Amino acid sequence: MNSRKAEILVGGFVVLAFAAGMMLALKVANQSMAGQTETYTLNAKFDNIGGLKVRSAVKVGGVTIGRVDSITLSSRDFTPVVKMSISKEYNQFPETSSVSILTSGLLGEQYVGFQPGFEIEGIENLAEGDFIEDTKSALVLEDLIGQFLFSKGQ
Amino acid sequence: MENLIEIDNLSFSRSGRLIYDNISLRIQKGKTTAIMGPSGIGKTTMLRLMGGQLKPDSGDIKFKGESIPNMRRKRLFEVRRQMSMLFQSGALFTDMSVFDNIAFPLREHTNLTEDLINTVVQLKLQAVGLRGAAHLMPSELSGGMARRAALARAIALDPELIMYDEPFAGQDPISMGVLVKLIKALNDALKLTSVVVTHDVTEVLTIADYIYILAEKKIIGSGTPAEIKNSDSPLVQQFLQGLADGPVPFHYPAGDIRQAFLGSSL
Amino acid sequence: MNWLASIGALTIAKMGSFGRATLMLLGAIIAKPQFIKNTPLTIMQIYVVGVQSLLIIVVSGLFIGMVMALQGYTILVSYGAEGSLGPMVALSLLRELGPVVTALLFAGRAGSALTAEIGLMKTTEQLSSLEMMAVDPLRRIIAPRFWAGMISMPMLTLIFSAVGILGGHVVGVDWLGVDSGSYWSIMQATVDWDKDVMNGVIKSAVFGFVIVWIATYKGYDSIPTSEGISKATTQTVVYSSLAVLGLDFVLTALMFGIE
Repeated sequence: MNSRKAEILVGGFVVLAFAAGMMLALKVANQSMAGQTETYTLNAKFDNIGGLKVRSAVKVGGVTIGRVDSITLSSRDFTPVVKMSISKEYNQFPETSSVSILTSGLLGEQYVGFQPGFEIEGIENLAEGDFIEDTKSALVLEDLIGQFLFSKGQ
Repeated sequence: MENLIEIDNLSFSRSGRLIYDNISLRIQKGKTTAIMGPSGIGKTTMLRLMGGQLKPDSGDIKFKGESIPNMRRKRLFEVRRQMSMLFQSGALFTDMSVFDNIAFPLREHTNLTEDLINTVVQLKLQAVGLRGAAHLMPSELSGGMARRAALARAIALDPELIMYDEPFAGQDPISMGVLVKLIKALNDALKLTSVVVTHDVTEVLTIADYIYILAEKKIIGSGTPAEIKNSDSPLVQQFLQGLADGPVPFHYPAGDIRQAFLGSSL
Repeated sequence: MNWLASIGALTIAKMGSFGRATLMLLGAIIAKPQFIKNTPLTIMQIYVVGVQSLLIIVVSGLFIGMVMALQGYTILVSYGAEGSLGPMVALSLLRELGPVVTALLFAGRAGSALTAEIGLMKTTEQLSSLEMMAVDPLRRIIAPRFWAGMISMPMLTLIFSAVGILGGHVVGVDWLGVDSGSYWSIMQATVDWDKDVMNGVIKSAVFGFVIVWIATYKGYDSIPTSEGISKATTQTVVYSSLAVLGLDFVLTALMFGIE
């Protein structure tokens, strides 16, 4: 085995592995070439987050604008605090915006639905670290059934 | 006469079994010293001790007055460049051609250009008569040729000391003759110091300047070939003449066979 | 008391051999690397352990991807969820099957060969002869093989997973009629680069490390007889397979277990 041939074949091996990595990156994981875009952080308090998870999507009208960064329980009032990182591209949301936890499809994953508010004079845009006041919790099936039965009973 | 290697009061044991018990010997510079003895007494171990691959339990091995067992690893590697060892199997690298095998120590330890290395390798191969076999792989060589190629590799860096581990074992008479001639010629031409470990009596008597005979963990005889031949030690004579039984018993130590078979009824 | 003593003896023997293995590893990779001399040797070894394992990796990856698509389809279609075939194939390959199956194949194909090669070098006194030529066999023989294995394993895993996903596509889309668009797009929506792809690569690097470590140590420490080498080769395959499966659980728990 001469070393020239080995070098060529090893070169081919590396190219093949690189191609496989590229395929996984672009075609499978859909990683854009630009890399991570810059983000800013928004917080929201919910009564109940349901099945929301870290890395769940944050969407406006179906368009993903960011992801859930972390989910913690506030030590003061024992409500979940969801920290979201939102792409810097979308930094024009007014403070009146609201967020709710929605489900994609009947059995699908849960995501944060972001509803931009109205732009009125004197209302500032959301900035790094702000809390979104207007939140709607996840629908919990058991609660829904309970409400349904309660309303029937009346 | 100056000594290249001095071994003093060496004891060595392996896995609890004593192999050398307090032995001393001298290897004179520029001479061929043979270490002989029946198989299984650890003659190869002696070479490994001299090369610093094994450490003795007690006693000292000095190479040019410097203690090998107490050397730091780096110094030991420097010292090893002045010695080389011809292994019983030849130990050629099986993934390289004969040429690359002989060029290997040159490439590792010198900064010679490929041109110069080529010249040196050709010369060494010419010396052992294998210049035509440079392109062959070790698996294509006969046993005798492999040992000659290994010899060419051993002298590639022009060492001061060559240790031969059973150079004649398993060789046909012609290859044996070739090897004897080569070892002699190399010694005379390069003024090398050689240590030959072997049990081939006749060959050794023709090439050695001094002979040590090891048996039962001790040196049982030493001297020039003439002195050895005329030795009156029964052990030495048994070894030289190849008698089956004698001071070195035919049987591995065991109890009395009558006792073993018939029990205590006798 | 005999069983207690034998447990003790076993522990001491295992600890001793673990210590020797660690020393060997340190001697091979930590002591002053010689890049200029070792790079060609490492490339040669990547050829031996990497390129020569390529065929078995590609063929196994293809068939495993195809079988997963076939099995997954029959289950998913009964829920009308055959659109999720893409993520199912991709995630199981990237997270688990890619690193683990590649590692098991690598242990059988390259690990055993490494052990046998080094063991035979020991038997034929080539290692001793290197030492007597003032060349450290750890650096000259062990180190290039070690690095080659470490480099080859993640690359083989990437190739395995990619080929498997293509194999899943062949069966799922071209044969069973899952929509090609949904195969890729749902996969893209589900698979995450850092969490799934990179974790798989990290896993495979760890497996590669363990396999070449076991393989080179078993060869280096083998008893230089034909029986000793056959035993060492068997041990390499058995120990590295067990180590891979055990480590896989630990790594998976660390990577995916804690949300």
